Amino acid sequence: MSSQNSLGELVSQPYKYGFVTEIETEKIPKGLNEEVIRLISAKKEEPEFLLDFRLKAYKQWLNIKEPNWAELGYPPIDYQDLVYYAAPKQTQKKNSLEEVDPKLLETFDKLGIPLSEQKRLSNVAVDAVFDSVSIATTYKEQLAEHGVVFCSISEAVSEYPELVEKYIGKVVPPNDNFFAALNSAVFSDGSFVFIPKGVQCPMELSSYFRINSGDTGQFERTLIIAEEASSVSYLEGCTAPMFDTKTLHAAVVELIALDNSSIKYSTVQNWYSGDEEGIGGIYNFVTKRGHCKGKRSKISWSQVETGSAITWKYPSCILQGEESIGEFYSVALTNNLQKADTGTKMIHIGPKTRSTIVSKGISAGNSSNSYRGLVQMGPKASGARNYSQCDSMLIGDKAAANTYPYIRSNQPKASIEHEASTCRISEDQLFYLQSRGIGFEEAVSMMVSGFCRDVFNQLPMEFAAEADKLLALKLEGSVG
Amino acid sequence: MIRKEAELILEIRNLHASVEDKAILQGVNLSIRAGEIHAVMGRNGSGKSTLSKVIAGHPEYIVTSGTVKFQGHNLLELEPEERARLGVFMGFQYPVEIPGVSNLEFLRVATNSRREKRGQEELDTFDFEDLVRERLKVVQMDPIFLERSVNEGFSGGEKKRNEILQMALLEPLLAILDETDSGLDIDALRIVAAGVNQLANPQNATLLITHYQRLLNEITPDFVHVMAAGKILRTGGKELALELEQSGYDWIDKEQNHMEAK
Repeated sequence: MSSQNSLGELVSQPYKYGFVTEIETEKIPKGLNEEVIRLISAKKEEPEFLLDFRLKAYKQWLNIKEPNWAELGYPPIDYQDLVYYAAPKQTQKKNSLEEVDPKLLETFDKLGIPLSEQKRLSNVAVDAVFDSVSIATTYKEQLAEHGVVFCSISEAVSEYPELVEKYIGKVVPPNDNFFAALNSAVFSDGSFVFIPKGVQCPMELSSYFRINSGDTGQFERTLIIAEEASSVSYLEGCTAPMFDTKTLHAAVVELIALDNSSIKYSTVQNWYSGDEEGIGGIYNFVTKRGHCKGKRSKISWSQVETGSAITWKYPSCILQGEESIGEFYSVALTNNLQKADTGTKMIHIGPKTRSTIVSKGISAGNSSNSYRGLVQMGPKASGARNYSQCDSMLIGDKAAANTYPYIRSNQPKASIEHEASTCRISEDQLFYLQSRGIGFEEAVSMMVSGFCRDVFNQLPMEFAAEADKLLALKLEGSVG
Repeated sequence: MIRKEAELILEIRNLHASVEDKAILQGVNLSIRAGEIHAVMGRNGSGKSTLSKVIAGHPEYIVTSGTVKFQGHNLLELEPEERARLGVFMGFQYPVEIPGVSNLEFLRVATNSRREKRGQEELDTFDFEDLVRERLKVVQMDPIFLERSVNEGFSGGEKKRNEILQMALLEPLLAILDETDSGLDIDALRIVAAGVNQLANPQNATLLITHYQRLLNEITPDFVHVMAAGKILRTGGKELALELEQSGYDWIDKEQNHMEAK
């Protein structure tokens, strides 16, 4: 038995969410220009301010160069060869789930996200987004009793335009970067959460993103606002069918936390990653940023990144409020020819702000996995503290792991700690476990989940076990 | 305990094995019956540790010819985990550290995989805790070691005790202890040896791989085998070990030269 080979086989297993739902879709023609943006905005019957926001972003996008500093090395994307709006037909204004196309409900059933009243998850409200539109949100009424707003961003634009106008683009301005500008110009749908003052959101909120069309770009936008002394835990999940062409996904997520509030944002990302030869898969370029605006506010990102051909993603925190807290817990698993460049930025502005970064990268096959993080201490951030820990695990001898920590401090009274380690699952460790009766696959999976434990502990309970299973699945296969 | 009629547990015939294309074992023959304690002695590089790794199924060691039978099973066809489930156990000379994997969980998964093979029911976390606390006494180990990662940050003596704890839980039919005495002070050696003695019974067998007599002062072997150049050169009773202790291994060179001259 050659352990190298069997390790290779072990980490490559078929993607089980690769099916396509046969459904009539309304798409606009390929290409991007002002007309297309006006068309999207008109289809969504948007107010004037949003059209202006989009057009301004589009003009800025034209003047921003696509970034190439990340070690991703993908072929150029033809932005005129993409469809910027796709929606399953007959989804105009659904009042109840009974009116939603059963095929869509079936799709989400198959993905393990049942939406119908009888089957839906008991303590989790779900917003299901299919291609460019939100098709259903569960538990809306129950949440409304607490004053919590949880709906699609399109609905928020029509129901709560003043909130959207007040906060959209404030944490991630359209000209922040190339992909954020593109998203601001063409975003289709996404989730909106508003937790009013003093309210602890009574259940987990969750958005589930499903890409179905092959040549369609996915541009969701998520906005979460936690008012004073409120709290919320939110989880997003993502899958996509297997296509042999690349699909572009460029999302923007903005979080705003006011005094004494807390937002916990968790992601389990399992977009299709392409096959062993690197054909197909999602290009995932995401801008996620939280603004700890209020005193003692807290924003915590946790992510389990297992999918996508390319991941470019740095969920960040701007720590402005005094004593505010930012956290980033990440597990990124890459296999075959997947490439991930992910990390975080902790921008300490206010005094006594604190941040914690725990990043676990696992690279298998020929993949490459980079951690890139910035910790910045501004001149007013006296007494601020950061602790970073970046660990990499290599499986096999062809995978690569890199760590790029950037540290900038303008504050002598701030403390920054950084620890990094790299390990390899060694033949001796595997043999040790096997010689005690533990099968090869279970041995690998035990070591990987042990490596990720610090991060899994941060996930909402309902999903921690799922994340563990997802990694095990990802690592499952025939033993040679 | 030697009983001629006892069940044959391990039968090695003309075993040849190599590592990285270097031939190490050059025709080993060895039979072990239930109830017996065997000791294999020899200098560094004689092939004694290789023998234990081949029996346990380490992937780096390639068997080029010969047979290894374990209770009638062709051991060489089986994956290491399958051998372990059948009751082969190797105590490592250098147990590896496995960060992040809880020792308690590791012990439970391992114990259950062996129990399943023996047709015993799976132990849940509570039942297993009871069992492990009882077996900890065999090696006088502090329960605190259950909370830690497998062998991580354990001292040499603690690692060896953890090995014997695993043996106590897995209840193997054949326990191979590869240089278990190396790096142990005399107190730790006595604790480990007492554990091994407690676990030996008429149904199982023990194979000690060692360099020194001092382990055999604590665990009395029924047979002592001296290995050199990948073969068992001489077999005797426990007195052979004492003889080696007094005269050293130099006679081996003479004997080998003599054989080559023939």
